[in-house]
Amino acid sequence: MKSEQNQENTKKFGMVIDLDVCTGCGSCMVACMAENNVPFRKDESDKLKSITWMRVYKLTNGKPYPETDICYLPRPCQHCEGHEGHSPCVSVCPATATDYDMQTGIVSQIYTRCFGCRYCMAACPYHARYFNWYDPVWPKGMEKYLNPDVSVRMRGVVEKCSLCIHRYQAAKNKAFMEGKTEIEEGDYQTACTQACPAGAITFGDLNNPSHAVYKLKQQPHAFRLLERLGANPKIYYVSSREWVRRAGDNYLKNEGPAKIG
Amino acid sequence: MDSAFIPNGVRRCAPGKFIAALTVAGAVLLWGVYAMFLCWFKGLNQTNMNNNYGFALWIWADLAVIALGGGAFFTGFLRYIIGKDELKNIVNYAVLIGFICYSSALLILAIDIGQPLRGWFIFWHANVHSMLTEVAFCLSCYFGVLTIEYIPLILENRGIDRVPFFHHLGHNMHDIMAVFAATGAFLSFFHQGSLGGVAGVLFGRPFSFREGLFIWPWTFFLFTWSAAAYGPCFTLLITKLTEAVTGKKLVKDNVVELLAKISGWMMATYIIAKIVDTLYWANVTAPSKGFTLMDFYSHNAFYGIWILVLEIVVGGIVPAAILITDKGRKSPAARTTAFILAVIGVCVNRWVMVLQVMAAPVMTFDTWALYYPSWQEVATTILPVAYGVILIMISYRYLPVFPQETELNPVD
Repeated sequence: MKSEQNQENTKKFGMVIDLDVCTGCGSCMVACMAENNVPFRKDESDKLKSITWMRVYKLTNGKPYPETDICYLPRPCQHCEGHEGHSPCVSVCPATATDYDMQTGIVSQIYTRCFGCRYCMAACPYHARYFNWYDPVWPKGMEKYLNPDVSVRMRGVVEKCSLCIHRYQAAKNKAFMEGKTEIEEGDYQTACTQACPAGAITFGDLNNPSHAVYKLKQQPHAFRLLERLGANPKIYYVSSREWVRRAGDNYLKNEGPAKIG
Repeated sequence: MDSAFIPNGVRRCAPGKFIAALTVAGAVLLWGVYAMFLCWFKGLNQTNMNNNYGFALWIWADLAVIALGGGAFFTGFLRYIIGKDELKNIVNYAVLIGFICYSSALLILAIDIGQPLRGWFIFWHANVHSMLTEVAFCLSCYFGVLTIEYIPLILENRGIDRVPFFHHLGHNMHDIMAVFAATGAFLSFFHQGSLGGVAGVLFGRPFSFREGLFIWPWTFFLFTWSAAAYGPCFTLLITKLTEAVTGKKLVKDNVVELLAKISGWMMATYIIAKIVDTLYWANVTAPSKGFTLMDFYSHNAFYGIWILVLEIVVGGIVPAAILITDKGRKSPAARTTAFILAVIGVCVNRWVMVLQVMAAPVMTFDTWALYYPSWQEVATTILPVAYGVILIMISYRYLPVFPQETELNPVD
């Protein structure tokens, strides 16, 4: 494991989401659900019991018209690295059912090992983890449309965004068949990234200077959600609006994103 | 009818009355069992838990009963390790209450997991970094110790004691009980602590997160300390309740006062540590994450600063003040009030460390999430209470739980 970690080509897959571009259309949510066989119920109005690996939040600056401003914030799992892979959820799982992959930076979830204690959900400040409160039931005929590359989950286990890891595996297979040692940036893209009509989501290897995300995350207006907690997430957001950046974390009255850095 | 199994020199109620009382408790138990099977067969959608409340009433009940059951390990520690001989007159009951509390906690955990048939994964695929793993191992081991501590009492039943093998087994087990008491104390220090660590290590949840010593957050030590402090109060409260129900004095005042005094001083020192912890968290830890104290006690319909006052002042300082004073300890009314307040105090502490942690928003655009349990959750939480009542009834009737009973209640 240690030698694997020390390999020079260690990747850190992540996203940069431009909040000034996101229109809140929800395409990313739909694409994610379809791609990952996310179960749903007839009545999805209770959002505290529904499963949305990718969830778009609506933020407002709280000011009255005409200064009202809103922002839509897509929130997948943040794939936190924490300190040396000890992300909030990975370190607490008692059965090692969730893991931080040092090779890819992806926080995985092993559905067949999860026994549903939900400690990881309690640990996640982003509410990115979801519990299967119900048996997954697909409308008649829809089971034929399920993605064969993604296993469906049973009642009683936790699930969350996997950064479409099955696509990574497919990309690796493709590279292998083509005799390449590295996958192309375009060969591994998440469903939400591809579905976003505004191009607000950029996905790639945050460690790789040739990937778009490498430069985008270094923009002066880039930030991560709740950075002060030390979860070390790999989803970056960009916004030119100061109130949006401030909404990304908690600050005391005399503080602000710029002061904290 | 069952007089051959009732201890010598004590009086018990008529079998009919006993069975009638058992039936009432049994009905409540069956209600809980029904809810339990609903949860097992239909899933946790039977509860009002949700994605914000992964932990809820059950985890609180677990933490609370384990803290309350702390009387077993601490009384055993005082009796067998420190050598407080008077406590031999209450240690049986402390062990019985502890046994009930711990078996209840294990049962609740078995209901609380989404895939009960995979419960053993926590041992098989153990993650050494998880506090819950430590809880599972220590809890199971300590339950084993409590069972070993409870068995000699069962073997003292008149009917069982007639069998020579059981008589000698019980005698020999008594002789080595100090070893198990020491093991139990050792295990308890760890699992009580790791239960505190469950919330304390959540660095994504600023309300519960605490710095600490090496890998252990301060809540690790506070939970152990509070269980040792408050657990005996629960033992004494249940003793008082048993005395009220049976209409008999079962434990002499000097024994009660000794345990109450130790509990009071433990509570006093704990509450000082708790206040220091709260002040440090409010002034250093939470602000470093961008929060003020009042962020956690405002902008919602339930969690106000009153809950902090209830926990620390009403449920901590007041009972400690009563129990460390000679006058307070010797007054039965004041003493019982202190026991009740202490039990409330530790239960509130466990409540906020589970439920309020889940309720408080962390993301700025998130909102407080309040929750109330479903009837299935309530029934399954009351289930262990009914089970405890039944086990106490049976144990009291057939086992010499209180060594001073015959002396305090001579039969003509």
